[in-house]
Amino acid sequence: MADSKAKPGLLLDIRNLRIEATVFPPGEPPKNIVLVHDVSLTLEKGKVLGLIGESGAGKSTIGLSSMGYGRGGVRITGGEVILNGRDILKGGKDGFRKLRGREVCYVAQSAAAAFNPAHRLMDQVVEATLLHGTATRAEAEKRAVALFKKLSLPNPETIGERFPHQVSGGQLQRVMTAMALCSEPDLIVFDEPTTALDVTTQIDVLAAIKDAIRDTHVAALYITHDLAVVAQVSDEIMVLRHGRLVEWGGTRQIIKEPRQEYTNALVSVHEIEHAEQKPGMTPFLSVKNVTAAYGRSQIKVLKNVSVDIYPGQTLAVVGESGSGKSTLARAITGLLPPEQGTVTFDGRPLANRLADRPKEDLRQLQMIYQMPDVAMNPRQTVGTIIGRPLEFYFGIRGRERDKRVAELLDKIEMGKGFSDRYPAELSGGQKQRVCIARSLAAKPKLIICDEVTSALDPLVAHGILELLLELQKEENVAYLFITHDLATVKSIADSIAVMYRGEVVRYGPKSQVLAPPFDAYTDLLLSSVPEMEIGWLEKAIKGRRMASAGN
Amino acid sequence: MSSPILKLVAQRVALGILLLLAVSVLIFAGTQILPGDVAQAILGQSATPESLANLREQLGLNQPAYLRYFHWLGGVLTGDLGTAMSSGQDIATSIKGRLWNTLFLAFWAAIVAVPLAIILGLIAVRYRNGWVDKLISGLALASTSFPEFFIGYVLVYFFAVKWQIFPGISTVYDGMPFGERMQAIALPATALTLVVLAHMMRMTRAAILNVMQSAYVETAELKGLSAFNVIRKHAFPNAIAPIINVVMLNLAYLIVGVVVVEVIFVYPGMGQYLVDHVTKRDVPVVQAVGLIFAAVYISLNIIADIAAIVANPRLRHPK
Repeated sequence: MADSKAKPGLLLDIRNLRIEATVFPPGEPPKNIVLVHDVSLTLEKGKVLGLIGESGAGKSTIGLSSMGYGRGGVRITGGEVILNGRDILKGGKDGFRKLRGREVCYVAQSAAAAFNPAHRLMDQVVEATLLHGTATRAEAEKRAVALFKKLSLPNPETIGERFPHQVSGGQLQRVMTAMALCSEPDLIVFDEPTTALDVTTQIDVLAAIKDAIRDTHVAALYITHDLAVVAQVSDEIMVLRHGRLVEWGGTRQIIKEPRQEYTNALVSVHEIEHAEQKPGMTPFLSVKNVTAAYGRSQIKVLKNVSVDIYPGQTLAVVGESGSGKSTLARAITGLLPPEQGTVTFDGRPLANRLADRPKEDLRQLQMIYQMPDVAMNPRQTVGTIIGRPLEFYFGIRGRERDKRVAELLDKIEMGKGFSDRYPAELSGGQKQRVCIARSLAAKPKLIICDEVTSALDPLVAHGILELLLELQKEENVAYLFITHDLATVKSIADSIAVMYRGEVVRYGPKSQVLAPPFDAYTDLLLSSVPEMEIGWLEKAIKGRRMASAGN
Repeated sequence: MSSPILKLVAQRVALGILLLLAVSVLIFAGTQILPGDVAQAILGQSATPESLANLREQLGLNQPAYLRYFHWLGGVLTGDLGTAMSSGQDIATSIKGRLWNTLFLAFWAAIVAVPLAIILGLIAVRYRNGWVDKLISGLALASTSFPEFFIGYVLVYFFAVKWQIFPGISTVYDGMPFGERMQAIALPATALTLVVLAHMMRMTRAAILNVMQSAYVETAELKGLSAFNVIRKHAFPNAIAPIINVVMLNLAYLIVGVVVVEVIFVYPGMGQYLVDHVTKRDVPVVQAVGLIFAAVYISLNIIADIAAIVANPRLRHPK
């Protein structure tokens, strides 16, 4: 039954969507918050609309509303969601069940978590098709194998017999796309489908998804926080912030001629000018021929790694997950004693084991972690957290300590009033700033930053990077900056070490490492970083010299 | 392909055997530490020192403890559990019938209790935090909180005395027709079911609820599966390991912990046999029954471990 207001070719028409949730702040009565404020959008058959914004922008919530689904206690309290000419919100639970997995399918951020570990992939891929009775089992499996082929999965005939844990993350993400396409839906909601993947794997998955969308003529809502990624697959882009529409337009217009200030900030977020400092005469910390392994394993996680760090400079360590970046940090800090090789600090060797190092050595090396939420004791106030190194290393207490805490808070551009707050009351960026202040409080020579901006939204991450650079100038502290994000590396590093399977494959000053000629791996890494250019994806795939490790 | 599983299973079985040996040492040592002397107990207060010495010699009580342990262990391994001191009967023969009776009772109690507990658990998850969930949890908790002798007597009062549907005394004998036997054990089996139900139900509920937070449950919901199918097909298979564990613990309880229920219903099983001979200080019988109970406990727990290993697809299908 067609809606009289529906235009021909219109698949999804969301009108004045309002979504609310009840939150339970600690020590306060439960209250209602509005997550999505009267957002409207339309999507034509076979088109791709990118939903982009920071966390909390409501993009996933809006995407899931097209299936009538709310995560947790989320409720759709107003508006209409018109799919194929009918308001699905009026269909009730049975109506939702009939459209989920048939008209609209979902591809989750982490396929590794979204596949049931207890069932074979094929059973899960064809489940929705069989449930809705759109094909027999034999037909559905044939369709699935064809999709596996289209998504260039290895062994398409037999991969369905495997269990999720037997398949790599990048492959699982493509199997999940095949699962969504298998029931031949009209619309697929892609919820950050490549965010959890390494850049070199992301590009393959992205290309596979793009081809599949083009060949099956399915429409898609593509949700992501990465504008460069969404620019590759979308026809139109909608920018959201705090549950409100900021800007909605064609892909070219959004990335080339953004009309809103916020969109402009998103587009130009990665550009920090950082002039490279030349390495000094003597490094204060040298890692020499370090080899390390976990447990009694024969597999070495670090193989003969040597790097130098100079006072007040930044060494960036880049590589994919599993390349040994974090293990290098663990070897330097003594958390994982190296099997061979030494770490020298100020001309003398550091004890291999953390337990054998004097307090003074511990003070000189501090760490900041990827997840600020779990790196702080949730039951201590910010003042206690920052004050702890002052007490522990310097014995500063009482008023003197409070004064130092206030100074440190000032340094990280947070007011004195934050001293009495708990971590739960801070935003993600503020939490990471507190972690920075805590590491600075020890007045270290080196701070190891392990993916410190990876869990943050681009604009927030930008702020953190600027803060780190400024603090480096003021305090003359050196950074060992571990990251998989090459854009970050460009804006902060003085020298770069590229790691691949436990080895340093390229090492030197930034200007040299990032200048051709490249070795095959560095080339792959560099060429896989999404650029905000329409058509970049096709160009990058064509120009590649080696396949990524995730395949 | 199955080599890691075989290795793990072999490890568990070896561990179980080792544990059983350790338990046999403990049981033997425990009965040795108990005050009192078997010869004295058999002959009574009026025994002369000579007859006591003779009997000790005859029973081998003068040998060192470790020799007696190995002698006893050797007997156990060859199926000879010794002779009961109080009656002079062969323990293995008298235990056989009683063990079978206990297993019979435990089997039928388990046949009712395990599926019922799991289904109730599934229903409780389906309607979680609603009145159905609260009713199931409340009733199950109440039935567990009452001591089993109380439940036993309540059952006897209503079903045996007031309505006279089932017998209040569960006499069974060899060659008893199946139907009559079932009628005889109806009340003790019901009492046992009520005792073990809640524990299994609550664990099933908790284990599944834990899994319900997973992303793959959301995937299943977004495929349009009904709430109950999401639980049955996607949550339950991943919650099976903890559920099997608690089920096995309760099965062990059904066999080992039935002492009170057997005494109430005068059911000729292992529990009653044990209680009888504890009062008579019949050490060989207590040892034998203790060892059998330990073996039941350990083997059921091994089964639970193995089932949990086999239920894990990562171990069943290595990379």
